Amino acid sequence: MANGSAAMHERLLRDWVDDVGAGRLARRDFVARLSAIGIAAPLAAALLAASGVALAQPQPTYKPTRRGGGGTLKLLFWQGPTLLNPHFGIGAKDQEGAALFYEPLARYDADGNLVPVLAAEIPSRANGGISGDGRSTVWKLKKGVRWHDGRPFTADDVVFNVAYATDPKTAATTLASYENIAGATWIDAETVRFDFEKVSPVWQRGATIKIVPKHVFEAYGGARSRDAPANLRPVGTGPYRFVDFKPGDLLRGEIHRDYHAPNRPHFDSVELKGGGDATSAARAVLQTGEYDFAWNLQVEDDVLTRLEAGRKGRVVACPSGDVEVIQINHADPSTEVDGERSSPTSRHPILGDRAVREALTLLLDRKSIQGFVYGRAGVATPNFLNNPSRYNSPNVKDEFSVARADAVLDAAGWKRGGDGVRVKDGRRLKLLFQTSINSLRQKVQNIYKQSCAKAGIELELKAITPAVFFSSDVANPDTYGKFLADLQMYAVAGRPPEPTTFMQWFVSWQAAGKANKWQGVNRGRWRSDEYDRLFRASEVELDPVKRTALLIAMNDLVCREHAIIPVVYRPSMYGLGRQLVAPLSGWDTALSSIAEWYAEA
Amino acid sequence: MGRFLLRRLLIAIPAVLGISVVLFTVLALAPGDPFAEMALNPNVPPEVQANLRKQFGLDDPIWQRYFRWLLAMLQGDWGFSFISRVDVDALIWARVPVTLAVIGASQVLALMIALPVGIYSAARPYSWFDRIASTFAFVGFSLPTFFTGLLLILLFSIKLDWLPFVFRADIPGTGWAWWSAHIKQAIMPVLVLGLFQGASWTRYVRSAVLDVIRLDYVTTARSKGLRERAVILKHVVRNAMIPVVTLVALTMPQVFGGAIVTEQIFRVPGIGSLLIDAILRNDTPVVMAVTFVLSILVILFNLIADLLYAWLDPRISYR
Repeated sequence: MANGSAAMHERLLRDWVDDVGAGRLARRDFVARLSAIGIAAPLAAALLAASGVALAQPQPTYKPTRRGGGGTLKLLFWQGPTLLNPHFGIGAKDQEGAALFYEPLARYDADGNLVPVLAAEIPSRANGGISGDGRSTVWKLKKGVRWHDGRPFTADDVVFNVAYATDPKTAATTLASYENIAGATWIDAETVRFDFEKVSPVWQRGATIKIVPKHVFEAYGGARSRDAPANLRPVGTGPYRFVDFKPGDLLRGEIHRDYHAPNRPHFDSVELKGGGDATSAARAVLQTGEYDFAWNLQVEDDVLTRLEAGRKGRVVACPSGDVEVIQINHADPSTEVDGERSSPTSRHPILGDRAVREALTLLLDRKSIQGFVYGRAGVATPNFLNNPSRYNSPNVKDEFSVARADAVLDAAGWKRGGDGVRVKDGRRLKLLFQTSINSLRQKVQNIYKQSCAKAGIELELKAITPAVFFSSDVANPDTYGKFLADLQMYAVAGRPPEPTTFMQWFVSWQAAGKANKWQGVNRGRWRSDEYDRLFRASEVELDPVKRTALLIAMNDLVCREHAIIPVVYRPSMYGLGRQLVAPLSGWDTALSSIAEWYAEA
Repeated sequence: MGRFLLRRLLIAIPAVLGISVVLFTVLALAPGDPFAEMALNPNVPPEVQANLRKQFGLDDPIWQRYFRWLLAMLQGDWGFSFISRVDVDALIWARVPVTLAVIGASQVLALMIALPVGIYSAARPYSWFDRIASTFAFVGFSLPTFFTGLLLILLFSIKLDWLPFVFRADIPGTGWAWWSAHIKQAIMPVLVLGLFQGASWTRYVRSAVLDVIRLDYVTTARSKGLRERAVILKHVVRNAMIPVVTLVALTMPQVFGGAIVTEQIFRVPGIGSLLIDAILRNDTPVVMAVTFVLSILVILFNLIADLLYAWLDPRISYR
């Protein structure tokens, strides 16, 4: 069935792409047809570009006609960066700090498409950048780019970064972003080739890693990496030069007069203040206008709306791949197998029944959850894979119906007991639902508990402090990796837009258990040969049309089998001052586009 | 006196060691680790996290880590922040000036309120002034700083738009502009902390002065015909100050330790916010260094308080 719909999609898409290529179908009509089968416009860009149909590079509109003159740009982060070497960044905040000074080959725009930064162009089949055999990508570098110290940026620097980050002794956190890259090869001063270990359609690998200068970091590779003075005094190619840094508190930069893009940057200096809490950060931008930009506003939407009434600023929600899910434990948390509860080899006595999972899906009132809990910060979705929209499946429907859930459970033989809770074979339909302590998640827990009670399912709620819940502490039973409960809720991070890493969530070899110290990402321990096969196929499928169809089929399989219950997908929320124009993307760091930011007069 | 000092210093050594053992064990037993944030990032595989743990020696047994820390500390090496990959002493030194300025100013403000108000109240107990002062004092130390802080922000930043509520340690500029910007942004945190501290100290000063003011020698001083002002300042206050000095000396380490809540509200980059960030991120070397220095300061100021007694009251001698 899944293969059937994948094949159907693929055939349709391919015919249409051919029609556009041959001029039989206008690009606008192509987009319209795609949206008719539920795939949104950006897919057009990806499909046509990958199939060799020429497409204009998306250009953000940038109005200033000269460099500088914009004054000071004041950024407020409730978590300040603590280090500035992009290869050591522990969290998103560190990547944001590094983005003022360092640049990658390319960055992601709001639709999840690559935009060149240090690259001269984005590799494609047409320009010969993407090899037909899926074994390498050739990057042409932009000419005339200079480091802040005046030295030229060349292919040597790119080659050095790959070697630097992939040396395990450097302990770089970017190691995984270079996964499957066997090495970078110098072709000429302006061309570099990334060679892949295995055939892969993921030609973008390594493109968004910020590049550090070889001549500064060369002497500090491997175990000496932590001694490099430039770890705290960055020398990059970015629009701002380093001035001053106090870890966790303040970061300042000034305009880079030799910046490689014309008329950029607009601001003469930039100041990034860290610390405090998200709500008062929102207040400083939206209500008092003391700051121009507030990062990652994890604040309840009604609070944001009230602050926005001050009209000093506005909230921008950028779609990203992050999705809030209720994860179902397919393994048995109550029985010990080989000294391990929730062993991947076991089967959950209640949730192993597909009817129960289907009822649980039908009992989730996503519309109310979006309306009353998340607002703009969470969009109701029945799909696991939501963004970029080119991968969004049209086949799964969001349905909330207590009556249907009742019918499904009745048919499966779950009879209501005296206390209203259903029973089958002497087993009560009672489940333990855990999450991290977080007011939004706990509200969702309560909404869900009420609707489940109506259908005769008793939920016991549990909330765990985030430092414990998200830790990898092997000795602690309350971690989300161990998952010693029946249901749990948290957000799955969906970067990069290329969903291979994201879809690993359901492959059998990633099942979390004692064998991998509960580090596997398949924490629900759902296993399906069909899913494994589809995933393996998508890993080597070089045809983007076929691959999109495979990814959609994988999403449909997961949702149809109710392996997981998606709740909302969560855009990144930012606060912008009234005059600030910033092409933000939920797929990259907020400051990845900092060179394009400007203030309207 | 010299022998007293030596003895006190020698007693302090096991105390400091004991404190460090307790601190280290508690931190090691606390859940979470400095790289927990990475676990949420799908682009950082668990191997990287494991590798970092190994590199920073986090997988060794607690006692090994403790002795390694102790040996380094004895040699003046404060350690290395896991989170910033910066030496801990550099991190702390960067925060000392702001902490001293803001918290120091608030303590001075507190003293400037507590001493005159406390003494005047005690000199005229149950007068109108005393009643009003007492009421304000009770209100002052009953309201938590996070509440008064938010009230001030609402009033001065949002309603009136007079003062900024985000504190910036390095304001560009020189001369008057620089000073006025610094004073403007420091007003609210200093007021919040100073009034809170001053309120409770006022009560202490008042009761200490009341204890002394009824003693016979004060009556004698008055019957000698000394003016009231001389009686209070020379005879009463000097004796009444002994408990107050202890109290003030013991709160002095706070000047270094910062005020966690207030610093968080106003984003003052002081030691307190460094400590809370380090605790939240399980950055053990930073937490150890800050708490350890604080405990040493507590011991040190205890000693200083003891020495000050002798100056205030020659009857106290050291053997």
